[in-house]
Amino acid sequence: MSETATTWFIIFALGIGTFVLRFVFIGMIGDRELPPWILRHLRYTAVAVLPGLVAPLVLWPSGTGGQTDPARLVAALMTLAIGYLTKNVIYAILGGAATLYLGLYLVG
Amino acid sequence: MAASSTNSAYWKGFRDGIPFILVVTPFALLFGVVATESGLNLMETMGFSIVVIAGASQFTALQLMNENAPTLIVILSALAVNLRMAMYSASLAPYIGKAPLWKRAFIAYLMVDQAYAMSIVTYETRPEMTVPERVAYYFGVITPIVPLWYLFTLIGAMVGQSIPPEMALDFAVPITFIAMIGPMLRTLPHILAAAASIALALGFAWVPYNLGLMIAALGAMIIGAQAELWFERKART
Repeated sequence: MSETATTWFIIFALGIGTFVLRFVFIGMIGDRELPPWILRHLRYTAVAVLPGLVAPLVLWPSGTGGQTDPARLVAALMTLAIGYLTKNVIYAILGGAATLYLGLYLVG
Repeated sequence: MAASSTNSAYWKGFRDGIPFILVVTPFALLFGVVATESGLNLMETMGFSIVVIAGASQFTALQLMNENAPTLIVILSALAVNLRMAMYSASLAPYIGKAPLWKRAFIAYLMVDQAYAMSIVTYETRPEMTVPERVAYYFGVITPIVPLWYLFTLIGAMVGQSIPPEMALDFAVPITFIAMIGPMLRTLPHILAAAASIALALGFAWVPYNLGLMIAALGAMIIGAQAELWFERKART
């Protein structure tokens, strides 16, 4: 396959596969009740996936070629603290971004 | 009567979705920029954002394509990142499973982290909502998010390389994810699950093809669920 054809193959395979993942339960199970033990695990889906997704990006950021960076680390912790205390996503992002730029300014 | 209640549910969702504009636009912009810098043309970059609409997996695919990974590995790794969507789908099913099939198909296509998180919190705290109200609310949340996802991918792809590296745009992705995690830490089991997710993801980072994240996610879900059971039992005795 040419490079372009491969790229489009990846786009559509990923798109269709992702749709199937999104549709599988709301589309096929419908309104049937799921057993309590499944629901109990599902309550923790987001907190089980997102921290694990983000932790390597914080410790080994792509912007520094994988080198741990104090400014990014402190910004990450600040974002988490603000998000936890205020329960407000936007305050957390703004606080985290401000911390990052301040840190990069001080260190750089 | 029914029309006005679904109408107000839609606009309630719309208002709840507005703050996510600040989350989604930098993320989309970033994808447009990174994709262009990786050598994708405008059509391919837009193709990703319109066909897939799942930022984290799009970034995963891009990164592996840059590393010239085999096509199958690119697809499977990016899909692994999206496995959480199946879990979102399962947790939404009891609330919107009675909606017409075509609406559920649209809900599935538009299922992004922010829409899921906002909707599930609302459904849980307002059990009196009817199914049509829930669906209207969901589409309300999506309205300010997805069109901007397309638009800012396009802007990012066009602005491309003119954004200087000093902007540290690479870190917009982690910060938006972390900002979403903070408010999710509602109970001790949630905190324990998050801590387990971090520890396991770092511990299993060496496992190829992103499978370390899958191991971490499964382990963290089990730890959260077990912690919840343990605290329930303790509360009874």
